[in-house]
Amino acid sequence: MQNHILSIILFTPLVGAILLLFVPKENKEAIRWIANIFALAGFLISIPLVPWFWAQRFEPGFKFIEGTANNWIPSIGAGYVLGIDGISFLLIMLTTLLGWVSILSSWTAIENRVKEYYIWFLILQTGMLGVFMALDFFLFFVFWEAMLVPMYLLIGIWGGPRKLYAAIKFFLYTLAGSVLMLLGILFLYFHHHSASLDHLYTFSIPELYKTAPQIYTDYGPYAATLLFLSFFFAFAIKVPMFPFHTWLPDAHVEAPTAGSVILAGVLLKMGTYGFIRFSLPFFPDVLMHTRVRFWVMVLSIIAIIYGALVSLMQKDMKKLVAYSSVSHLGFCTLGIFALTPLGLSGSVLQQINHGISTGALFLIVGILYERRHTREISEYGGISNVMPVYATITMIMFLSSMGLPLLNGFVGEFTILGGTFLEKDIAGHPGWFWTAWAVPGVVLAAAYLLWLYQRVFFGTVTNPKNEKLHDLTPREVATFVPLLIMAFWIGLYPKPFFQILEQPVNHLVATVHRDASTPETVANAAAQTPAAVVPVAVASPAKRPPAIRPAATATAKGKN
Amino acid sequence: MGALPQFSATDYLLALPIILLTLFALGILLIDLMLPKEQKWANAVTALIGVMFSAKAVYNIQHWLGPAPYSYGLMYTVLMDRAAIYFFYLFLAGTAVAILMSVSYLETENENHGEYYALMLLSVAGMMCMAAGADIVLIFIGLELMAISTYVLVGFLRRDRRSNEAALKYFLLGAFSSGIFAYGLSLLYGLTGSTNLMVIGSKMSGIMQNEYRFVAIIALLTTLTGLLFKIAAIPFHQWAPDAYEGAPTSITGFMSVAVKAAGWAMLLRILIGSPFRLSGLIALRPIWAPVLVFVSIATMTGANLAALTQTNTKRLLAYSSIAHVGYMLLGLIAGTAAMLNADGIKGILIYLLVYTFMNLGAFGVITSLRHKKIIGDELDDLNGLYSRAPVEAVLMLVFLLSLAGIPPLAGFWGKYFIFLSLIETQHYVLAALGVLYSVFGLYYYLKIANAMFMGQVEAGEEKLAVSYTMRAGIGIAAFATIFIGILPNRFIEVVNWALGIVQSPAVAKLVR
Repeated sequence: MQNHILSIILFTPLVGAILLLFVPKENKEAIRWIANIFALAGFLISIPLVPWFWAQRFEPGFKFIEGTANNWIPSIGAGYVLGIDGISFLLIMLTTLLGWVSILSSWTAIENRVKEYYIWFLILQTGMLGVFMALDFFLFFVFWEAMLVPMYLLIGIWGGPRKLYAAIKFFLYTLAGSVLMLLGILFLYFHHHSASLDHLYTFSIPELYKTAPQIYTDYGPYAATLLFLSFFFAFAIKVPMFPFHTWLPDAHVEAPTAGSVILAGVLLKMGTYGFIRFSLPFFPDVLMHTRVRFWVMVLSIIAIIYGALVSLMQKDMKKLVAYSSVSHLGFCTLGIFALTPLGLSGSVLQQINHGISTGALFLIVGILYERRHTREISEYGGISNVMPVYATITMIMFLSSMGLPLLNGFVGEFTILGGTFLEKDIAGHPGWFWTAWAVPGVVLAAAYLLWLYQRVFFGTVTNPKNEKLHDLTPREVATFVPLLIMAFWIGLYPKPFFQILEQPVNHLVATVHRDASTPETVANAAAQTPAAVVPVAVASPAKRPPAIRPAATATAKGKN
Repeated sequence: MGALPQFSATDYLLALPIILLTLFALGILLIDLMLPKEQKWANAVTALIGVMFSAKAVYNIQHWLGPAPYSYGLMYTVLMDRAAIYFFYLFLAGTAVAILMSVSYLETENENHGEYYALMLLSVAGMMCMAAGADIVLIFIGLELMAISTYVLVGFLRRDRRSNEAALKYFLLGAFSSGIFAYGLSLLYGLTGSTNLMVIGSKMSGIMQNEYRFVAIIALLTTLTGLLFKIAAIPFHQWAPDAYEGAPTSITGFMSVAVKAAGWAMLLRILIGSPFRLSGLIALRPIWAPVLVFVSIATMTGANLAALTQTNTKRLLAYSSIAHVGYMLLGLIAGTAAMLNADGIKGILIYLLVYTFMNLGAFGVITSLRHKKIIGDELDDLNGLYSRAPVEAVLMLVFLLSLAGIPPLAGFWGKYFIFLSLIETQHYVLAALGVLYSVFGLYYYLKIANAMFMGQVEAGEEKLAVSYTMRAGIGIAAFATIFIGILPNRFIEVVNWALGIVQSPAVAKLVR
């Protein structure tokens, strides 16, 4: 079963969707049960992955590899190849968890066209998992684009008043980025053919890792930067980084609650995942280029500050949370482009944290919306008097989102900032310079979240409509329980997460610095890697291997 | 004349698909006279049987050719190569699906005459002459046979003014362009003293060196005008939206796939000859390639912009089909000034294959909207289609996304190979333009999807009744669109075979 575990996880939701096709659409209860069972099954099936992965967490390379290169469409060199490392493992677990939570949360929220809703949602789940699992660039691209369709329909059919606008905007923005990425992929494909020894046409990602960094020397910095940009736009739009973020508030505000949870929790991570999986190892020299790195760092900082400032101004709760996502994802990209092991593992962890906290925030907003059908902050006040359980959960999640110690957000943000701070030179400026610009984002996060909490929950009930609101039902509590557990777990004991991330992150940073062929930066990375820098990850375990493994190649080491 | 020289059994073999189609067309005309009004469906059955017989004859040719890539026949007027066989199958498949989609439509329109199917078969006979002809006279005759049959088919709804208007416009413009085309061909004959494309091809490079090269350029431009008219590229596209809108919807589907594929077959024949024996105007590639760059950019720009504002679905799809021509032309541009790119031609052939199914499917769904009361070709008529006919609406979504080029649907593969060839030959700007326009295209396809899935049904609209033949037609198109999309390998190999591309991609080259 270990050989096919990824395929099983990948296609469980799709099987559920196909099964739902045969249920008559009048039978809403049966549809809900089947969809929830398959979503839960999707999560439960992914749980065995945890111990199996844990056992080989320090081994180099991709794990659980399935399929061989070029087996899908041999004539063009595309293959159905799946495989994961620590980074994609965490994101897959996040996806299966959030998929189940958001399907559970839709039980009463969706009343019309129930059958379609669950079918599209389950298809979306398969698409997202495929993005994180694909080890073939072509397969990746297919999942990346195919996943847009169900999301478009989820926003467009079950969304709010401006749903058509939001749905089309979401689809067009993302597509515009990804078609340019397709051209970039094709360029890599031809370059691999001419640069590799066997002159093979292939989309296999481990193969492309070997040749892509040579583009900088083969075609010169200008061409390499353009190529970097073709990928950058696709991922930056998805993240979304600052100038490309305008689709996000629209899509978030109009989407149904569960759609927002998935959008914030998983879809945005596809962009950061793309940076980590492709941009870093493919274009190390471009990233080392001062000007390029300067601008990506500046865009991250702008996203942090701008997103937080705009959040402060919002009158609509959902929009506030949406803009806070821009700010949080700014931290993630900051950590990625700091290019230190610490920053990178902090960034991945922060992505998981953001999925948990912001996912929960959207659920929280959705619960109020379901009861009152408005998200205007001014409509509420004193909610903690009528819904105490709800208010407590909300408080915890707000604190987790703003980065209070002992909760998950703190660990992620602190590691990112620490990783950036300790780097001596990022694009001509010392690390503390960038950290100094990013820190106000943490303060502002506390400001907009606490102010929101004060306006909505504290005081007396000002609006008579709010007096009769009932507190959370057991089902609603159930949606929060896994998220709360995760928030405390990561906050109190993040060591396992850092251990899972250690191998891929160190390998990645080592590759970037080695391929960029600047000796002093390698020394830099080596000096920083010891785990003592991680504030919460305590002493290194005995079996912990040396921090930077000697040039572990990305070749498959599966057991199939 | 006496006995024809060099006329052998081979020639009959090569001509058999065309002869069979003609015989069945004439047979339909005779049988139609004897059929009572309720049994006119028998005409469609006869036509389908004719298509099948013809396909069997094509299969015999393929079998007879064996490993040989091509064969001359009929006194060197026919060059039967694998690409021509590929096109034959394409025409027949498109026609078969279009026939399935026509049966109930014609009943609704009360125009259920046998001539309809007879004309369809005759036009396919013309297409085959265009695809396999090696002689400009045969190609021209084939073109006229196809075009005249199509003019009549466009005006087939006698009582519908729009149909009459469309037919007249199409006829006038078509006749005009045929005239220009014939003029170009006559210049070619005058320059080379031969009507055979192989001879023209071998003499053309010499002519480009001497003082007649300006005549050669005029010949090229006039010929190109005729060719671009037939595939509806901007600036010779004006007939397409009108003809597509006015024609019976089933014929619009037929025109947009089979007739367009025939135009492409002819264009490839004249501009590059056969992939196995480059001839025709290939020597003038340094001149026609830049012209095509402009035409292609103009086509993508104009068609995508015009499609944005359309409110009539047939017109919208007409502009979308013009836009697709723009993408396909990019495949012909790929390469250097002197060298063609094999992947570009491959892209065109795959594009035409997938386009046949996805576009016919889309038109099939629109055809099925036609009922006693409503015409069903306005965007508003699609409102809430999902609640009236869920299966058709979902399939329409599949066709639209495929047209937009979203993987893993068939339409993606057409675009994929076109852009692949552009990147391969370092036309990065053109490639970027092309992909961005395809994003543009998604907007108007989504407009249709929005109406279907998110629009509100008007009160009192009942479920849409779709006939079995129509379901079969749409079903075949949908199956092909999804199947080619997910498992394209077999089809890519077929196209490789048709172009003589050696299977290992590492040594992909056009065989000369």
